[in-house]
Amino acid sequence: MNLAKIPRPRSARRAPQQPEINHVVPGSHDQLAHAAAPRISGTAHGGAPGFDPRRTLPLRVELRRQAGRRRTQFSLAFLILLPLLLIGAFKLGTPSSGDGRVTLVDLATVGAPNFTLFTLFASAGFLLVVVVALFAGDTVASEASWSSLRYLLVAPVGRARLLRQKLIVALGLAGLCLVLLPGVALLSGWIAFGWAPARSPTGSTLSTGETLLRLAIIIGFLAITLLFVASLGFYAGVRTDAPLGAVGGTVLLVIISNILDEVTALGSIRNVLPTHYTYAWLDALGPTIQWDSMLRGTISSLAYSTILLVLAWRHFLRKDIVS
Amino acid sequence: MRSWRIAGRPRRKVLLWAAAVAVGACAVGGYAVVSSASPPIRTEVLRVAVTPEPDGTSVTLDATLYLPDSKKPAPAVVLAHGFGGSKQDEDADARYFAQHGYVALAYSARGFGQSGGLIHLDAPAFEVADASKLVDLLAARPEVLRDAPGDPRVGFTGPSYGGALTLLAAGHDPRIDAIAPQITWNDLGRSLFGQSAQDDAGTRPGTAAGSMPIGTPGVFKKAWAGLFFGAGATGATQEGSAQTSLACGRFAPDVCRQYQAAAVSGTPTPELLDLLAASSPAQVAGRIKAPSLLVQGEADSLFPLSQADANARAITAAGTPVKTVWYSGGHDSPGSSADQNRLRSLTLAWFGRYLKHDGSKPDTSFQFAESDTGISLQDGSVKGSTLTTPGYPGLAGTQAVKTTSVTLSGEPQDVVAPAGGFPAAITSLPGLGAALGQLSSTGLAGSIGGAANQDATFSSAPLPASILAVGSPSVTVHVTSSTGDATLFAKLYDAPPDRTPPALPEQLVAPVRVSGLPPGGSDVRISLPTIVHRFAAGHRMALVVSTTDQAYQLPTDPRTYRLALTDGTVSVPTVAASTVTDDTLLLWTACAGAAAVLSGAVGWFVLRRRRDSRETTVAPELLDVPVAITGLGKAYGDGFRAVADLSFRIEPGQVLGLLGPNGAGKTTTLRMLVGLIRPSEGSIHVFGHRISAGAPVLSRVGAFIEGPGFLPHLSGLENLTLSWAATGRPEADADIDAALELAGLGADVHRKVRTYSQGMRQRLAVAQAMLGLPDLLVLDEPTNGLDPPQIREMRQALRRYAATGRTVVVSSHLLAEVEQTCTHCLVMHRGRLLAAGPVTELIGAASSVSVEVDDIDAAVRVLTPLAGIRQIDTPQAGGLILELDGIRPGAAVGALVEAGISVDRVAPRHQLEDVFLTLVNEGETPS
Repeated sequence: MNLAKIPRPRSARRAPQQPEINHVVPGSHDQLAHAAAPRISGTAHGGAPGFDPRRTLPLRVELRRQAGRRRTQFSLAFLILLPLLLIGAFKLGTPSSGDGRVTLVDLATVGAPNFTLFTLFASAGFLLVVVVALFAGDTVASEASWSSLRYLLVAPVGRARLLRQKLIVALGLAGLCLVLLPGVALLSGWIAFGWAPARSPTGSTLSTGETLLRLAIIIGFLAITLLFVASLGFYAGVRTDAPLGAVGGTVLLVIISNILDEVTALGSIRNVLPTHYTYAWLDALGPTIQWDSMLRGTISSLAYSTILLVLAWRHFLRKDIVS
Repeated sequence: MRSWRIAGRPRRKVLLWAAAVAVGACAVGGYAVVSSASPPIRTEVLRVAVTPEPDGTSVTLDATLYLPDSKKPAPAVVLAHGFGGSKQDEDADARYFAQHGYVALAYSARGFGQSGGLIHLDAPAFEVADASKLVDLLAARPEVLRDAPGDPRVGFTGPSYGGALTLLAAGHDPRIDAIAPQITWNDLGRSLFGQSAQDDAGTRPGTAAGSMPIGTPGVFKKAWAGLFFGAGATGATQEGSAQTSLACGRFAPDVCRQYQAAAVSGTPTPELLDLLAASSPAQVAGRIKAPSLLVQGEADSLFPLSQADANARAITAAGTPVKTVWYSGGHDSPGSSADQNRLRSLTLAWFGRYLKHDGSKPDTSFQFAESDTGISLQDGSVKGSTLTTPGYPGLAGTQAVKTTSVTLSGEPQDVVAPAGGFPAAITSLPGLGAALGQLSSTGLAGSIGGAANQDATFSSAPLPASILAVGSPSVTVHVTSSTGDATLFAKLYDAPPDRTPPALPEQLVAPVRVSGLPPGGSDVRISLPTIVHRFAAGHRMALVVSTTDQAYQLPTDPRTYRLALTDGTVSVPTVAASTVTDDTLLLWTACAGAAAVLSGAVGWFVLRRRRDSRETTVAPELLDVPVAITGLGKAYGDGFRAVADLSFRIEPGQVLGLLGPNGAGKTTTLRMLVGLIRPSEGSIHVFGHRISAGAPVLSRVGAFIEGPGFLPHLSGLENLTLSWAATGRPEADADIDAALELAGLGADVHRKVRTYSQGMRQRLAVAQAMLGLPDLLVLDEPTNGLDPPQIREMRQALRRYAATGRTVVVSSHLLAEVEQTCTHCLVMHRGRLLAAGPVTELIGAASSVSVEVDDIDAAVRVLTPLAGIRQIDTPQAGGLILELDGIRPGAAVGALVEAGISVDRVAPRHQLEDVFLTLVNEGETPS
């Protein structure tokens, strides 16, 4: 919708002569006085003419609601800034001599692909989790905290449709972050360290085409594992009216799952932890791609996501909106 | 649409049930697996009398029988332990077999543990004969399944020393039905005296099918042999065990004597070679008819993979089914826990097939482990993976093995073997498997070596593509020796392109001992250690030939050798293989995934059904009635009844005031009216359509409920336009000018909402509710936070709105406001309706006026006779309070003025409290 098309109201044009902003000129509601008598609704569903439940809250509208927000802009800006910060850090410091054990950090400055891999490695465990939890957890909860949720619902936007549109936009923004970060890392790494085929800690070297394919696979797998975080955040956001509670609670649960995953004494129980396969994409760095862990991670994430999203829908469709 | 739904509903129901049943089956299956974890097992300790020692000493073996929880006779599995161990080592495996329905027998071999007798190194007359005695014992047990009288259904398994016994027993005793020997030898002499020089030296690589080591005894593995002997000798300290002497411990005298001679000289005596040959499965492998699962370790410098290869070839040649498995462990390393679990289940499957005849398909595929393929999710360490090919290809030179030739280059090099054999290169640390693993992972082991002049290095160009070597690479080297014979150690390194130190796969070396070299030297074909290793693209292969190795007996005289490449080609065997994954875990994850997807589908169907059930709710007789509420009630989860038994109707063009104190249930009623809250009972129809969450008829309703709600980061105008855009209706229908005019924000409409005052937000919110000029406007306390002029504006706007024929519902707790704004009124208290009707009637019912006059007494006299005045009060504060009943305040004032009394002030005095208390009193007094 184009703002320029909407004429400013008369009172707005008279504003310079109006010292008291809040004062309303009596009898100025001439527009309302000219309003016609109500038209008889002819629609089958009983709604107003031109109303279609399947066209409420279009994606572009929801995107505009979200895109104007500081948290969206800051998140995207930070993801652009992070690779530049990392480059600065690598340029400032001198690499340590090392104990012979090669890790992704040691290879980070080999070339753009390795730098991108390191950036992903460094941000997958926490930064991307926070960003995804923010986009997914805050989308419904912040509307509730602003009280704008009830006005969307009485517009009326169907509850299931509201969740669907919001989830699509939240996932879209999270997906944009997930592409933006490696994209910027690849570009800035290219400028800073040049292009060199990716080298994996296991000793193998990949060709450029293979490197890009692996990067795409890695980003795809990350997207799937982060889907669990998004679903958890979305469910939390539907449960609570406090955006901070939804986002913070999601990150907290992910951290707890990560901590439990560190406890080797738990043995195979750890396989069912939702974050167990977070780093399974490292299997895509070997000479040949090991699919089994990534496959399990995919199934695990999709399973948890399905359950959480069903719970979110179930809760929201029955919820009494009292915010 | 409707007919489809009716037709489709049974089908959907079937799908729903199918999904529920599938989820339930998954849950029951999971429970069954978990609950069937460990059936009980009985154990029985046995003393088995076996062949006496040559000196006549009687010998009994210490054994434990593990009986499964089964009434039917079951096949038996005998578990033999490794060298230096006892039956205790096999306890866990024995329980595992018993839990899976086998009679398991673990025993201590003679010379070990609590068993009597001396160690004869798996001699046919002693240890192998003992195994037959155990088979006799099992044949006599009623719990054991028998093929024929005296012939039990029995399998043998065991590692190393026990593995060799397993092979030898199967070769000597045809009653054994299946075997699974692990990390053991084919030829003990060749294992202890390593020899990698091939007898077809000088021929082209890759053509030597079935090549065998040359006859010269190889280099004595003094470190391994010493550890072995030490393990047998220290067993003597155990109480009550037989002993030959302090030096020999529990070794039989002949074994001890021959070992000591060899350890001194570094070369075996013919007697020792005969003795070792008798203890070698090589003698009997061609007779083995029991299907054999041969497990060998890739990290094994004592019994390398070539030993299992020799067994596999010999047993296969006899027409017996053989499955060869290489795993990540061996005598140098325990191997990964995943591999150990894999070996257990492979062994169980093998016995299931050949002892239980469970009908599973014969599986002779070859499995091997590739290390360092990825990073473990369990603990972050570098992990391996398992690969498989349909059949065992052999190590080199067979049709199934492809070879890749890699060209080495390097000038002829002179190397020195130091006098006394020191300093010597350290490549393996026998007996310290774990420590060695750490050394190799830090890259240290590859760099520990003797002096630089002990190594001749020949290196390839960087590899153009990665090579997965599976088998034994071979190379031919021209050796010239200062003494005519040579002891050398060949190693194939993987050299990365950067500063990372070269890696020696599994730290394996190929010992070479040749003698009788002519003065001009001779070509020696060396089969390098059998490995599974991926040489990555860009890496180099480096052949290093050393003169020393710490683990071997080295010549003590100083020597110099000249080493040169002949054709400079390393022939590297490769095998096309595919990855093996852990199916069970994958299966469970897949089941969980399927269950989740199914539950999602169930949820979706349920939601669809719910939505469908809400569709059919149109009351045609109410189509022109803006609001019709019947028997409405709302009880919250905690039992609080916010609204009860509420019924009323609102007609078109009315401005209805919903009146009541805070907590009367006004807001709850309005929330139910717009579908934000689900009523506990009763129904709401708006224009004939029943209200539910998101009902399309709500598009004809504009609402302002309990305060404004805007996106703070957007301007007022953007909020309004986006709010309208969210309805998805045409932009032209918004009447946004009228709304903006009502809001009266002026230029502030372009500022962000977060900068607005409470009153500005309030007006913007009411304007938002009026977007599109809805047929029903619902406003909850719209004048809160407004100043008096704004309140007046709001009133006028609402009246004008209603004048267009539209309907307005306003809630308030201020009677004055309702009186001045509304045409009709509802009074609520504690969730119940107290009164309803036109405002004039309601106010008229209990209207009071305060009048200030100059002469109170005169005024009372004038007013008292007037009809229509119910009561006259004279409070202390001055003035009069008239309770009017049937006349207008003007009439009373007129009477006073006519009587010459001056009236200073007349004000309506109907507070909500008064009316409300009156109504409450009426409501609570039964009439």
